[in-house]
Amino acid sequence: MIFLTLGTQLPFDRLVRTLDDVAGDLAEDVFGQIGRTDLRPANFPVTQFLTPTEFAARMEQARVIVGHAGIGTILTGMRMHKPLVLMARRASLGEHRNDHQSATVAQVRKIAGITIVEDAAQMKAALSRSDIPAMSDHGSTARAAMIDALRSDAGLDWG
Amino acid sequence: MLLAPAFEGAEVTFACTDGGQAERYGLVRFETLDDCNQNEPVKLLRTLWQARRLVRKIAPDVVVSTGAAPGILCLVWARLAGAKTIWIDSIANSEKLSLSGRLAIKFCDSVYTQWEHLACGNRPAYRGSVL
Repeated sequence: MIFLTLGTQLPFDRLVRTLDDVAGDLAEDVFGQIGRTDLRPANFPVTQFLTPTEFAARMEQARVIVGHAGIGTILTGMRMHKPLVLMARRASLGEHRNDHQSATVAQVRKIAGITIVEDAAQMKAALSRSDIPAMSDHGSTARAAMIDALRSDAGLDWG
Repeated sequence: MLLAPAFEGAEVTFACTDGGQAERYGLVRFETLDDCNQNEPVKLLRTLWQARRLVRKIAPDVVVSTGAAPGILCLVWARLAGAKTIWIDSIANSEKLSLSGRLAIKFCDSVYTQWEHLACGNRPAYRGSVL
């Protein structure tokens, strides 16, 4: 199953439509939690909100998580070891207060398990991959760098 | 906890507002203090006092905090006690540095942001992230 989750704050209709454009071509069920919006995609069932228990069950079942480039989504993907397909919200389209998600994307696109998409073609390519990599919480180059910095600033580098 | 390997070889005391974390991670030296925030001055004062007691009791060489308000209060006392102070702004703050982080810039030895675009030279510095 592919699980689209958009959190509880702002709707993100452009992402819902992008997924709707390709959902019919996928040999896989899609389910969406899309927040407060009147949009009803033609090719997959949605709900506005989920309880924490329902959310956890959908996450567990999902092969791939589709979402916005929010830190909550990224941390959940890491904890659940799921592949993430993310789209950044754009302030110019009224999707967020500012463009911080573009800055977030510039940094997180290097992380294994995160695929950034901007349109339906990229979405379809990502979701068609049976070998799409999952996120892991077993450390990363960025985390190792931070641990080194911390060790050095804390005076724990004895050589 | 993802950064705990940084402290290997040191005697570490963890302090948290959630006592359950000690059991969850099997932490031997563990202290709790009450949560607080900028909107509740009475609680803020209570935690400020707890933080003072904690820093006096542990007498640390280094204090590292990832937030939030109780963490910055511990860093204030740590600084006054002459300990090294390190603030790590939460990965959740991808838009701007937290209020506590902006305070930390004023007095901590090291201040990290986990987002490259929020780094401003060394205050805050981007030195990596938990991701």
